[in-house]
Amino acid sequence: MTDVVLKLSGIHKSFGSVQALRGVDLTMRRGEIHALAGENGAGKSTLMNVIDGILAPDRGTISWEGREVTIGSPTEAQKLGIGLVHQEIALCPDVSVAENILMAQMNMSRRLFVDYAALEARAAEVLGQLADIDPRQRAGDLSISNQQLVEIAKALTLDCKVLILDEPTAALTDKEAQILFGIMRRLADRGIAIIYISHRMAEIFDNCDRVTVFRDGRHISTMQVSEIEPQDVVKAMVGRVIDDLYPDKADAPGSDVVLDVRNLSEATRFRDVSFHLKRREVLGIAGLIGAGRSEIAKGICRIEGDITGEVWLNGKPLKLRDYGESIDAGMVYLSEDRKGSGLFLDMSIAENISALDLSRIARRGGRIDARKEHARARELGQRLGLKYGRLSDPVSSLSGGNQQKVAIAKMLSVDPALIFLDEPTRGVDVGAKAEIHRILRDLAQSGVGIVVISSELPELIGLCDRILVIREGRVGGEVTGNEMTEEAIMSLASGVAFEGAAQ
Amino acid sequence: MQSGTDQAIGIDGTRQPKGPGVAKGLLKMRETGLIAIILLLVVVMSFASPYFLTWVNIRTVIMAFAVEGIVVVGMTILLISGGIDLSVGSVTALAMVIGGWLFLAGFDPWIASAIAIGCCTAVGAFMGFFVTKIGLHHFIVSLAVMVIARGICLLGTGGRPLGLYTLPPEFKFIGQGSLGPVPVVILTFIVIVVIFDILLRRTTMFRKVFYTGSNERAAAYSGIRTKRVIFATTTLCSTLCGVAGVIYMARFGSAQPTFGIGMELNVIAAAVIGGASLNGGTGTIFGAILGAALLSLVSSSLALLDVSVYWQDIIRGSILLAAVTIDLFLNKRRG
Repeated sequence: MTDVVLKLSGIHKSFGSVQALRGVDLTMRRGEIHALAGENGAGKSTLMNVIDGILAPDRGTISWEGREVTIGSPTEAQKLGIGLVHQEIALCPDVSVAENILMAQMNMSRRLFVDYAALEARAAEVLGQLADIDPRQRAGDLSISNQQLVEIAKALTLDCKVLILDEPTAALTDKEAQILFGIMRRLADRGIAIIYISHRMAEIFDNCDRVTVFRDGRHISTMQVSEIEPQDVVKAMVGRVIDDLYPDKADAPGSDVVLDVRNLSEATRFRDVSFHLKRREVLGIAGLIGAGRSEIAKGICRIEGDITGEVWLNGKPLKLRDYGESIDAGMVYLSEDRKGSGLFLDMSIAENISALDLSRIARRGGRIDARKEHARARELGQRLGLKYGRLSDPVSSLSGGNQQKVAIAKMLSVDPALIFLDEPTRGVDVGAKAEIHRILRDLAQSGVGIVVISSELPELIGLCDRILVIREGRVGGEVTGNEMTEEAIMSLASGVAFEGAAQ
Repeated sequence: MQSGTDQAIGIDGTRQPKGPGVAKGLLKMRETGLIAIILLLVVVMSFASPYFLTWVNIRTVIMAFAVEGIVVVGMTILLISGGIDLSVGSVTALAMVIGGWLFLAGFDPWIASAIAIGCCTAVGAFMGFFVTKIGLHHFIVSLAVMVIARGICLLGTGGRPLGLYTLPPEFKFIGQGSLGPVPVVILTFIVIVVIFDILLRRTTMFRKVFYTGSNERAAAYSGIRTKRVIFATTTLCSTLCGVAGVIYMARFGSAQPTFGIGMELNVIAAAVIGGASLNGGTGTIFGAILGAALLSLVSSSLALLDVSVYWQDIIRGSILLAAVTIDLFLNKRRG
């Protein structure tokens, strides 16, 4: 078959005792958008690293346009025509967007001096298709979603025949994602084969031609998207039927108020924010990226920003000076940036879980009781269904979903009265996502205040009892019960009335 | 082996393999490897030179790194918190010079020493201020202080050593005396090492040092006052330099303004060979002391074998490179 660009057969790869890939196959045809789905730890990223030459397979063959090849490094992969956009953003923050985008070309260029004008012009041209980003800006100054777009622009400049996108929409808004899908389709029409890794069924079914599902390092099935239903993919991914992604909602919230925020303001980021959270209620906070959702939560917990206004927790006014005092008061914040500010990746699971309040695992005189620390970690791990080898393993050895469970266990370790969860299921697979939702609902039922910040509207609608919408640093409105629709939230978030907003 | 892999992944938190894991963990530890290398070197050298395995020689080897070892303790803790200090040699000399100068001015030697150590603490606090409040990098601040402190030493003494011949014997005892066959210097060193090793492994206070060094942002997002931690580790390192300086003063019976030039390289090398990372977050006191011991052992072995002094630096540098390279390789394999 001439239209097969890349064919992998029987790829095996193990790390020590862990078998990440157990003989997987993948065939890429010219001009197709091929979704790759599977829970975290299923082996998707490992396979992508094999294709990109970062990892060498233990066994199996790779053939490129009918010819057997070995790909020894990312540079060799690039020369063949393989471009990879990693899930993690890996830009050089201190140089300009243009230099980041054209790094590979600069790297291969033999010229002594850099023609910056030409560089910026080329970068602007590529970026122009994606978003309004100034190529001369410092990459580190961009928002996360814009950084993600720059990563994608970087891959587009390579003259590739196979383009791999590893969860590219995780940090994007719906609108940006739609633009990206438009670009993907145009690239595919030009004959480029695109491997698209995603957890989101809607994205796969709206945009992809075929879908391959992995589970536990094995190839489960490859299907024509037009011939199947989303449930088929989910079933193949988890090996069982997930009937409920979201738990049942509370019958009626309690009458007592857990959190009461009155006229909260910060110098530049938000003004006059007032809201409250009742007992057994899950409150969602929606808003566009940059509206100030995370900043409000961080301000209340005193992590950053100087706030004015009142915060009452369980009927008592709080006068907090820093986040340490907020933790003591029982109010904690789960960061949206798991790797950057949520976890200590090179430290052990147990050490991560106990980081918030060491006095809980200490004996008199501040000595750490290792047995207590492990018992606590084991108990929380069990409660959250954490999958791990040993508690002394570094967190970096876990899959994304399990890392997130460690981050949540860290919050629970202090028996909090209230938890702010910022994007609690970002980069988490379907199975773990449903589990996290159930855990949050159980916590709310047991009396813990739960406030969820999320960019995924279906998640907020499915999980929360009430949703507060933030627009440009102010409360734009509030929806509850049947009013919780994507259209209603989007119109409050953007200040524009939508009609049939989905398209 | 194949059946074992299925258990290793995806096992439930309730079933934790324990027994074989401990042995495996021990094998992975940097300390085990260093002890093996040191023992190997000792065995080889005891065949090469009959003089090697005598108490006098062993004592000389330990004495050679004991006082510097106190500085290694401070440097290791600082490295774990994510900092670095290039001024250790100068600050050690500063303690000697201030102590010696005060003694000659008529102060009691103990009080003079306490003031000298206090001055070093102040220098550490000064650096801590520039790092945490002004936001400069440890490297730059300590580089500047390294030069400034050396300048003060030379200025205060006119560049000449201060002879402290009249130091009372009970003070000289901390540098020259012995309890039984064991020199006081070695005892002091062991006490400091054991105390800080236990503190670092077992206390909540020092656990925060690891969190801060591993990921400063995540530490701040865990309610840890990271600036205080960094300020404290910076200050502690200089204080321990002061302690070392005072012991040197008692040992040599003089204060030398040019003492300790190049000490920072030895000290950082020892900590890194012992497993500390320049990126922060990892390291142990025990490992760092083994690193210092290995460097000292190599120097003394080469001396016993009549190898030119000039070769010693080349070999020590090579050991540093080899240790870091091997570690990187092992980490990658694990990773």
